[in-house]
Amino acid sequence: MKHGRIAWQGAIHEVTPAGDGKLRLADGRYVAESEVVWLPPVAVNTVFTLALNYADHAKELAFKAPEYPIVFLKGPNTIIGHKALTRRPADATYMHYECELAVIIGKSGYRVSKERAMEIVAGYSVANDYAIRDYLENYYRPNLRVKNRDGCTPLGPWMVDRDDIADPMKLTLTTRINGKTTQTGTTADMIFDIPALIEYLSSFMTLAPGDVILTGTPEGLADTKAGDVIETEIENIGCLINTIADDATFFAAAR
Amino acid sequence: MIYGVILNDAASLKKIGSLDEAPYKGAPKAPVLYIKPANTQVADGAVVTLPAGASAVEIGATLGLVMGRAASRLSADNALAAVEGVVLAGDLSLPHSSYYRPAIREKCFDGSLPLGALKPLGDIAKLTLVTEIDGQIVAQRAFADLIRPPAQLLADVTEFMTLARGDILLVGVSYMAPQAAAGSQVKISADGLGSLQFTIAQGAQQ
Repeated sequence: MKHGRIAWQGAIHEVTPAGDGKLRLADGRYVAESEVVWLPPVAVNTVFTLALNYADHAKELAFKAPEYPIVFLKGPNTIIGHKALTRRPADATYMHYECELAVIIGKSGYRVSKERAMEIVAGYSVANDYAIRDYLENYYRPNLRVKNRDGCTPLGPWMVDRDDIADPMKLTLTTRINGKTTQTGTTADMIFDIPALIEYLSSFMTLAPGDVILTGTPEGLADTKAGDVIETEIENIGCLINTIADDATFFAAAR
Repeated sequence: MIYGVILNDAASLKKIGSLDEAPYKGAPKAPVLYIKPANTQVADGAVVTLPAGASAVEIGATLGLVMGRAASRLSADNALAAVEGVVLAGDLSLPHSSYYRPAIREKCFDGSLPLGALKPLGDIAKLTLVTEIDGQIVAQRAFADLIRPPAQLLADVTEFMTLARGDILLVGVSYMAPQAAAGSQVKISADGLGSLQFTIAQGAQQ
Protein backbone atom coordinates (compact mmCIF):
# COMPACT_ATOMS: atom_id res chain seq x y z
CA MET A 1 0.00 0.00 0.00
CA LYS A 2 1.08 3.59 -0.67
CA HIS A 3 0.46 6.19 2.03
CA GLY A 4 0.57 9.96 1.65
CA ARG A 5 -0.07 12.91 3.92
CA ILE A 6 -1.82 16.03 2.69
CA ALA A 7 -3.35 19.26 3.91
CA TRP A 8 -6.90 19.80 2.67
CA GLN A 9 -9.99 21.54 4.00
CA GLY A 10 -8.25 22.83 7.09
CA ALA A 11 -6.82 19.54 8.30
CA ILE A 12 -3.99 17.10 7.77
CA HIS A 13 -5.10 13.79 6.27
CA GLU A 14 -3.52 10.45 5.57
CA VAL A 15 -4.43 9.34 2.07
CA THR A 16 -4.04 6.46 -0.33
CA PRO A 17 -4.06 6.65 -4.13
CA ALA A 18 -7.47 6.05 -5.69
CA GLY A 19 -6.58 6.26 -9.40
CA ASP A 20 -7.63 8.89 -11.94
CA GLY A 21 -5.67 11.57 -10.10
CA LYS A 22 -7.74 11.10 -6.97
CA LEU A 23 -6.84 10.41 -3.37
CA ARG A 24 -8.88 8.55 -0.79
CA LEU A 25 -9.11 9.95 2.74
CA ALA A 26 -9.39 7.72 5.80
CA ASP A 27 -13.06 8.69 6.22
CA GLY A 28 -13.92 7.50 2.70
CA ARG A 29 -14.01 10.88 0.96
CA TYR A 30 -12.17 11.40 -2.32
CA VAL A 31 -10.27 14.48 -3.39
CA ALA A 32 -8.45 15.40 -6.59
CA GLU A 33 -4.66 15.50 -6.21
CA SER A 34 -4.67 18.93 -7.84
CA GLU A 35 -6.62 20.36 -4.88
CA VAL A 36 -4.31 19.30 -2.07
CA VAL A 37 -1.05 20.42 -0.50
CA TRP A 38 1.34 17.51 -0.20
CA LEU A 39 3.18 17.04 3.09
CA PRO A 40 6.10 14.68 3.70
CA PRO A 41 4.58 11.18 4.03
CA VAL A 42 5.70 10.95 7.67
CA ALA A 43 6.31 13.56 10.33
CA VAL A 44 10.06 13.05 10.52
CA ASN A 45 12.06 12.46 13.67
CA THR A 46 15.84 12.12 13.13
CA VAL A 47 16.88 12.25 9.47
CA PHE A 48 20.17 10.56 8.52
CA THR A 49 21.82 11.01 5.14
CA LEU A 50 24.62 9.04 3.56
CA ALA A 51 27.48 10.73 1.77
CA LEU A 52 29.39 8.81 -0.90
CA ASN A 53 27.32 5.64 -0.58
CA TYR A 54 27.44 4.78 -4.28
CA ALA A 55 30.78 3.74 -5.68
CA ASP A 56 30.25 5.56 -8.97
CA HIS A 57 29.27 8.80 -7.19
CA ALA A 58 32.31 8.62 -4.90
CA LYS A 59 34.44 8.28 -8.02
CA GLU A 60 32.60 11.17 -9.67
CA LEU A 61 33.53 13.38 -6.72
CA ALA A 62 37.11 12.01 -6.75
CA PHE A 63 36.84 10.17 -3.45
CA LYS A 64 37.83 6.66 -2.54
CA ALA A 65 34.90 4.56 -1.36
CA PRO A 66 34.67 4.96 2.44
CA GLU A 67 35.51 2.16 4.88
CA TYR A 68 32.58 2.99 7.16
CA PRO A 69 29.37 4.89 6.42
CA ILE A 70 29.76 8.68 6.23
CA VAL A 71 26.56 9.92 7.80
CA PHE A 72 25.26 13.42 8.40
CA LEU A 73 22.01 14.62 9.94
CA LYS A 74 19.23 16.93 8.86
CA GLY A 75 16.75 18.97 10.85
CA PRO A 76 13.00 19.15 10.22
CA ASN A 77 13.40 22.62 8.68
CA THR A 78 14.81 21.16 5.49
CA ILE A 79 12.11 18.55 4.82
CA ILE A 80 9.24 19.53 2.51
CA GLY A 81 6.60 17.60 0.59
CA HIS A 82 5.87 16.79 -3.05
CA LYS A 83 5.25 19.62 -5.56
CA ALA A 84 6.77 22.38 -3.45
CA LEU A 85 9.25 25.15 -4.25
CA THR A 86 12.90 25.01 -3.27
CA ARG A 87 14.86 28.24 -3.16
CA ARG A 88 18.03 28.77 -5.14
CA PRO A 89 19.74 31.76 -3.47
CA ALA A 90 20.91 34.53 -5.80
CA ASP A 91 24.59 33.89 -5.05
CA ALA A 92 24.51 30.14 -5.76
CA THR A 93 26.43 29.02 -8.85
CA TYR A 94 26.08 25.24 -8.47
CA MET A 95 22.97 23.71 -6.88
CA HIS A 96 22.47 20.05 -7.67
CA TYR A 97 19.78 17.48 -6.88
CA GLU A 98 20.42 14.04 -5.43
CA CYS A 99 17.80 11.32 -5.95
CA GLU A 100 17.84 9.01 -2.92
CA LEU A 101 15.93 6.03 -1.60
CA ALA A 102 14.51 7.02 1.80
CA VAL A 103 14.09 4.26 4.38
CA ILE A 104 11.44 5.02 6.99
CA ILE A 105 11.87 3.41 10.39
CA GLY A 106 8.69 2.02 11.98
CA LYS A 107 9.89 0.46 15.25
CA SER A 108 12.47 1.33 17.87
CA GLY A 109 15.74 -0.54 17.71
CA TYR A 110 19.11 -0.50 19.49
CA ARG A 111 22.02 -2.73 18.47
CA VAL A 112 19.97 -4.32 15.70
CA SER A 113 21.85 -6.95 13.68
CA LYS A 114 21.90 -6.92 9.88
CA GLU A 115 19.88 -10.12 9.94
CA ARG A 116 17.02 -8.46 11.87
CA ALA A 117 17.39 -4.93 10.50
CA MET A 118 14.48 -5.09 8.07
CA GLU A 119 12.09 -5.87 10.95
CA ILE A 120 12.22 -2.22 12.07
CA VAL A 121 11.64 -0.75 8.59
CA ALA A 122 8.13 0.60 7.93
CA GLY A 123 8.60 1.47 4.27
CA TYR A 124 10.28 3.56 1.62
CA SER A 125 9.98 6.94 0.00
CA VAL A 126 11.87 9.17 -2.44
CA ALA A 127 14.05 12.07 -1.32
CA ASN A 128 15.76 14.82 -3.26
CA ASP A 129 18.77 15.87 -1.19
CA TYR A 130 19.70 19.21 -2.79
CA ALA A 131 23.16 20.60 -2.18
CA ILE A 132 24.48 24.08 -2.86
CA ARG A 133 28.15 23.48 -3.36
CA ASP A 134 29.12 27.15 -3.19
CA TYR A 135 28.74 26.86 0.59
CA LEU A 136 30.83 23.71 1.01
CA GLU A 137 33.48 23.87 3.73
CA ASN A 138 35.79 21.17 5.07
CA TYR A 139 34.35 21.05 8.58
CA TYR A 140 31.85 18.32 9.42
CA ARG A 141 31.57 18.07 5.64
CA PRO A 142 29.04 18.16 4.08
CA ASN A 143 28.18 21.09 6.34
CA LEU A 144 24.69 22.19 7.30
CA ARG A 145 24.83 25.33 5.18
CA VAL A 146 25.09 23.05 2.13
CA LYS A 147 22.68 20.32 3.23
CA ASN A 148 20.31 21.61 5.89
CA ARG A 149 18.86 24.71 4.31
CA ASP A 150 15.16 25.42 4.72
CA GLY A 151 13.11 23.41 2.25
CA CYS A 152 16.09 21.84 0.49
CA THR A 153 15.08 18.19 1.04
CA PRO A 154 11.81 17.26 -0.65
CA LEU A 155 10.42 13.89 0.52
CA GLY A 156 7.50 11.91 -0.91
CA PRO A 157 4.97 11.73 -2.35
CA TRP A 158 4.37 8.29 -0.86
CA MET A 159 5.57 5.94 1.78
CA VAL A 160 5.36 2.46 0.27
CA ASP A 161 5.02 -0.39 2.77
CA ARG A 162 8.17 -2.46 3.23
CA ASP A 163 6.48 -5.72 2.28
CA ASP A 164 5.33 -4.31 -1.07
CA ILE A 165 8.94 -4.02 -2.27
CA ALA A 166 10.44 -7.45 -2.85
CA ASP A 167 14.05 -6.23 -3.12
CA PRO A 168 14.84 -2.63 -2.16
CA MET A 169 18.43 -3.22 -3.23
CA LYS A 170 17.41 -3.58 -6.87
CA LEU A 171 15.49 -0.42 -7.76
CA THR A 172 16.18 2.02 -10.58
CA LEU A 173 16.66 5.68 -9.67
CA THR A 174 16.07 8.42 -12.24
CA THR A 175 16.26 12.20 -12.16
CA ARG A 176 14.88 14.45 -14.87
CA ILE A 177 15.31 18.19 -15.32
CA ASN A 178 12.36 19.59 -17.28
CA GLY A 179 11.65 16.09 -18.58
CA LYS A 180 15.21 15.32 -19.71
CA THR A 181 16.91 12.44 -17.89
CA THR A 182 20.15 13.52 -16.24
CA GLN A 183 20.75 10.84 -13.59
CA THR A 184 20.15 7.11 -13.63
CA GLY A 185 21.35 4.44 -11.26
CA THR A 186 20.35 1.45 -9.24
CA THR A 187 20.19 0.85 -5.50
CA ALA A 188 22.18 -2.33 -6.22
CA ASP A 189 25.27 -0.08 -6.37
CA MET A 190 25.06 1.10 -2.75
CA ILE A 191 28.29 0.54 -0.83
CA PHE A 192 26.50 0.04 2.50
CA ASP A 193 23.09 -1.57 2.00
CA ILE A 194 20.02 -0.93 4.16
CA PRO A 195 20.69 -3.68 6.74
CA ALA A 196 24.33 -2.56 7.10
CA LEU A 197 23.25 1.05 7.67
CA ILE A 198 20.68 0.07 10.31
CA GLU A 199 23.21 -2.13 12.10
CA TYR A 200 25.80 0.68 12.06
CA LEU A 201 23.51 3.49 13.24
CA SER A 202 21.78 1.40 15.91
CA SER A 203 25.18 0.30 17.28
CA PHE A 204 25.42 3.64 19.10
CA MET A 205 21.97 5.20 18.98
CA THR A 206 18.39 4.06 19.35
CA LEU A 207 16.49 4.31 16.09
CA ALA A 208 12.88 5.43 16.56
CA PRO A 209 9.64 5.45 14.56
CA GLY A 210 9.72 8.38 12.15
CA ASP A 211 13.48 8.25 11.73
CA VAL A 212 14.42 8.38 8.06
CA ILE A 213 17.62 7.20 6.41
CA LEU A 214 18.44 8.81 3.06
CA THR A 215 20.72 6.23 1.52
CA GLY A 216 22.86 8.31 -0.84
CA THR A 217 22.83 9.03 -4.56
CA PRO A 218 24.45 7.57 -7.68
CA GLU A 219 26.45 9.58 -10.22
CA GLY A 220 24.84 12.08 -12.54
CA LEU A 221 24.85 15.43 -10.79
CA ALA A 222 23.79 18.52 -12.68
CA ASP A 223 23.16 22.16 -11.88
CA THR A 224 19.56 23.31 -11.54
CA LYS A 225 18.28 26.75 -12.44
CA ALA A 226 15.34 28.82 -11.25
CA GLY A 227 12.17 27.57 -12.90
CA ASP A 228 13.48 24.06 -13.49
CA VAL A 229 11.09 21.24 -12.64
CA ILE A 230 13.03 18.40 -11.04
CA GLU A 231 11.57 14.91 -10.96
CA THR A 232 13.31 12.34 -8.79
CA GLU A 233 11.82 8.91 -9.34
CA ILE A 234 12.45 5.47 -7.89
CA GLU A 235 10.96 2.38 -9.45
CA ASN A 236 7.83 1.22 -7.60
CA ILE A 237 8.25 3.91 -4.91
CA GLY A 238 7.14 7.07 -6.64
CA CYS A 239 8.01 10.21 -8.56
CA LEU A 240 8.78 13.27 -6.44
CA ILE A 241 8.40 16.64 -8.16
CA ASN A 242 9.97 19.90 -7.05
CA THR A 243 10.42 23.29 -8.67
CA ILE A 244 13.44 25.56 -8.23
CA ALA A 245 12.62 29.17 -7.37
CA ASP A 246 14.80 32.25 -7.43
CA ASP A 247 14.69 34.64 -4.47
CA ALA A 248 12.04 36.90 -6.00
CA THR A 249 9.70 34.02 -6.80
CA PHE A 250 10.32 32.24 -3.52
CA PHE A 251 9.68 35.21 -1.30
CA ALA A 252 6.77 36.39 -3.44
CA ALA A 253 5.19 32.96 -3.10
CA ALA A 254 5.67 33.19 0.63
CA ARG A 255 3.69 36.44 0.86
CA MET B 1 15.83 19.88 17.43
CA ILE B 2 19.15 20.78 19.00
CA TYR B 3 22.03 22.34 17.09
CA GLY B 4 25.56 23.06 18.26
CA VAL B 5 28.64 24.84 16.99
CA ILE B 6 32.36 24.09 17.29
CA LEU B 7 35.36 26.41 17.08
CA ASN B 8 33.32 29.35 18.35
CA ASP B 9 35.80 30.68 20.91
CA ALA B 10 39.24 32.22 20.59
CA ALA B 11 40.82 29.74 23.01
CA SER B 12 39.70 26.73 20.93
CA LEU B 13 40.85 28.29 17.68
CA LYS B 14 44.24 29.01 19.21
CA LYS B 15 44.51 25.46 20.55
CA ILE B 16 43.66 23.72 17.27
CA GLY B 17 46.38 25.75 15.52
CA SER B 18 46.72 26.32 11.79
CA LEU B 19 43.74 25.31 9.68
CA ASP B 20 45.37 26.19 6.38
CA GLU B 21 46.48 22.68 5.46
CA ALA B 22 44.41 19.72 4.28
CA PRO B 23 41.84 18.58 5.08
CA TYR B 24 40.50 21.99 6.20
CA LYS B 25 42.28 24.23 3.67
CA GLY B 26 41.31 27.41 5.46
CA ALA B 27 39.57 28.66 8.59
CA PRO B 28 35.80 28.15 8.68
CA LYS B 29 33.69 30.94 7.19
CA ALA B 30 30.21 30.01 8.37
CA PRO B 31 29.47 28.63 11.87
CA VAL B 32 30.52 24.95 12.01
CA LEU B 33 27.28 23.31 13.05
CA TYR B 34 26.21 19.85 14.13
CA ILE B 35 22.95 18.28 15.24
CA LYS B 36 22.20 16.55 18.53
CA PRO B 37 19.13 14.44 17.66
CA ALA B 38 16.25 13.52 19.97
CA ASN B 39 17.90 10.35 21.32
CA THR B 40 20.74 12.38 22.84
CA GLN B 41 18.66 14.54 25.17
CA VAL B 42 18.54 13.53 28.85
CA ALA B 43 17.78 15.41 32.07
CA ASP B 44 19.70 16.34 35.20
CA GLY B 45 20.66 13.21 37.15
CA ALA B 46 20.94 10.96 34.09
CA VAL B 47 23.19 7.93 33.84
CA VAL B 48 24.80 8.05 30.39
CA THR B 49 25.97 4.69 29.06
CA LEU B 50 28.82 4.96 26.57
CA PRO B 51 28.62 3.15 23.22
CA ALA B 52 30.24 -0.27 22.99
CA GLY B 53 34.01 -0.03 22.92
CA ALA B 54 34.24 3.50 24.40
CA SER B 55 35.74 4.07 27.84
CA ALA B 56 35.97 7.87 28.10
CA VAL B 57 34.07 10.89 26.87
CA GLU B 58 34.78 14.60 26.40
CA ILE B 59 32.64 16.82 28.61
CA GLY B 60 31.72 19.78 26.41
CA ALA B 61 30.25 22.11 29.00
CA THR B 62 28.25 24.80 27.26
CA LEU B 63 25.07 26.84 27.21
CA GLY B 64 21.99 26.27 25.11
CA LEU B 65 19.83 29.11 23.82
CA VAL B 66 16.21 27.95 23.93
CA MET B 67 14.07 29.50 21.21
CA GLY B 68 10.83 31.13 22.29
CA ARG B 69 9.43 31.41 18.79
CA ALA B 70 10.12 30.42 15.21
CA ALA B 71 13.17 32.35 14.08
CA SER B 72 14.30 32.91 10.52
CA ARG B 73 16.65 35.46 8.96
CA LEU B 74 17.16 37.27 12.25
CA SER B 75 19.35 40.33 12.41
CA ALA B 76 21.88 40.47 15.22
CA ASP B 77 20.19 43.63 16.56
CA ASN B 78 17.04 41.86 17.63
CA ALA B 79 17.99 38.16 17.58
CA LEU B 80 17.92 37.77 21.34
CA ALA B 81 14.23 38.71 21.40
CA ALA B 82 13.53 35.26 19.91
CA VAL B 83 15.26 33.49 22.81
CA GLU B 84 13.14 32.28 25.69
CA GLY B 85 16.00 31.39 28.02
CA VAL B 86 19.18 29.45 28.55
CA VAL B 87 20.07 25.96 29.81
CA LEU B 88 23.26 24.35 31.02
CA ALA B 89 24.36 21.60 28.66
CA GLY B 90 26.84 18.76 28.84
CA ASP B 91 27.58 18.11 25.18
CA LEU B 92 29.28 14.72 25.36
CA SER B 93 31.55 13.55 22.55
CA LEU B 94 33.75 10.54 22.07
CA PRO B 95 37.18 12.08 21.50
CA HIS B 96 37.77 12.86 17.82
CA SER B 97 40.78 14.82 16.62
CA SER B 98 39.51 15.53 13.10
CA TYR B 99 36.57 17.80 12.35
CA TYR B 100 36.62 16.99 8.64
CA ARG B 101 33.71 14.52 8.56
CA PRO B 102 30.47 14.68 10.55
CA ALA B 103 31.02 12.99 13.92
CA ILE B 104 27.78 11.07 14.25
CA ARG B 105 28.96 8.10 16.29
CA GLU B 106 31.07 10.45 18.41
CA LYS B 107 28.37 13.04 19.12
CA CYS B 108 24.96 11.37 18.69
CA PHE B 109 25.04 8.32 20.93
CA ASP B 110 22.09 7.85 23.28
CA GLY B 111 22.15 10.22 26.25
CA SER B 112 24.99 12.38 24.94
CA LEU B 113 23.28 15.66 25.80
CA PRO B 114 22.32 16.16 29.46
CA LEU B 115 20.41 19.46 29.72
CA GLY B 116 19.62 21.56 32.78
CA ALA B 117 16.54 23.57 33.67
CA LEU B 118 15.44 26.63 31.70
CA LYS B 119 16.72 29.91 33.17
CA PRO B 120 16.36 33.52 32.03
CA LEU B 121 18.94 34.67 29.50
CA GLY B 122 21.39 37.18 30.97
CA ASP B 123 24.72 38.45 29.69
CA ILE B 124 26.56 35.20 29.06
CA ALA B 125 29.83 37.06 28.45
CA LYS B 126 29.95 37.47 32.23
CA LEU B 127 29.39 33.78 33.01
CA THR B 128 31.93 31.15 33.97
CA LEU B 129 31.00 27.49 33.61
CA VAL B 130 32.70 25.16 36.05
CA THR B 131 33.11 21.45 35.20
CA GLU B 132 33.83 19.02 38.03
CA ILE B 133 34.62 15.33 37.65
CA ASP B 134 34.30 13.34 40.88
CA GLY B 135 34.40 16.56 42.88
CA GLN B 136 37.58 17.95 41.25
CA ILE B 137 37.38 21.07 39.12
CA VAL B 138 38.74 20.14 35.67
CA ALA B 139 37.70 23.16 33.61
CA GLN B 140 36.52 26.72 34.09
CA ARG B 141 35.20 28.27 30.99
CA ALA B 142 34.29 31.88 30.29
CA PHE B 143 32.15 33.08 27.38
CA ALA B 144 33.82 36.45 26.86
CA ASP B 145 35.89 35.21 23.88
CA LEU B 146 33.16 33.87 21.60
CA ILE B 147 33.81 34.38 17.90
CA ARG B 148 30.09 34.74 17.42
CA PRO B 149 28.28 35.82 20.59
CA PRO B 150 24.66 34.60 20.83
CA ALA B 151 23.03 37.36 18.78
CA GLN B 152 25.51 37.05 15.90
CA LEU B 153 25.38 33.25 16.02
CA LEU B 154 21.58 33.32 15.77
CA ALA B 155 21.76 35.73 12.85
CA ASP B 156 24.26 33.59 10.94
CA VAL B 157 22.45 30.30 11.60
CA THR B 158 18.94 31.56 10.81
CA GLU B 159 20.21 33.05 7.57
CA PHE B 160 19.72 29.60 6.03
CA MET B 161 17.76 27.53 8.52
CA THR B 162 14.67 28.34 10.54
CA LEU B 163 14.77 27.49 14.22
CA ALA B 164 11.44 26.38 15.68
CA ARG B 165 10.02 27.25 19.08
CA GLY B 166 11.70 24.96 21.59
CA ASP B 167 14.75 24.33 19.42
CA ILE B 168 18.04 24.78 21.23
CA LEU B 169 21.25 26.30 19.86
CA LEU B 170 24.38 25.41 21.84
CA VAL B 171 26.86 28.29 21.76
CA GLY B 172 30.04 26.20 21.48
CA VAL B 173 32.19 23.60 23.19
CA SER B 174 35.91 23.86 23.96
CA TYR B 175 38.33 22.09 21.63
CA MET B 176 39.67 19.01 23.43
CA ALA B 177 37.46 19.50 26.50
CA PRO B 178 38.36 17.43 29.59
CA GLN B 179 37.56 13.73 29.44
CA ALA B 180 35.65 11.70 32.00
CA ALA B 181 36.17 7.97 32.35
CA ALA B 182 33.36 5.46 32.77
CA GLY B 183 32.20 5.53 36.39
CA SER B 184 32.74 9.29 36.79
CA GLN B 185 30.29 11.71 38.35
CA VAL B 186 30.16 14.96 36.42
CA LYS B 187 28.85 18.35 37.54
CA ILE B 188 28.53 21.49 35.43
CA SER B 189 27.53 24.72 37.17
CA ALA B 190 27.44 28.49 36.77
CA ASP B 191 26.38 31.34 39.03
CA GLY B 192 22.68 31.96 38.56
CA LEU B 193 22.12 28.88 36.39
CA GLY B 194 22.29 26.20 39.08
CA SER B 195 23.95 22.92 38.23
CA LEU B 196 23.65 19.89 35.97
CA GLN B 197 24.86 16.48 37.17
CA PHE B 198 25.18 13.13 35.45
CA THR B 199 27.06 9.84 35.67
CA ILE B 200 29.11 8.19 32.92
CA ALA B 201 28.62 4.41 32.74
CA GLN B 202 30.65 1.82 30.83
CA GLY B 203 28.95 0.45 27.74
CA ALA B 204 28.86 -3.09 26.48
CA GLN B 205 32.02 -4.80 25.28
CA GLN B 206 32.68 -4.41 21.56
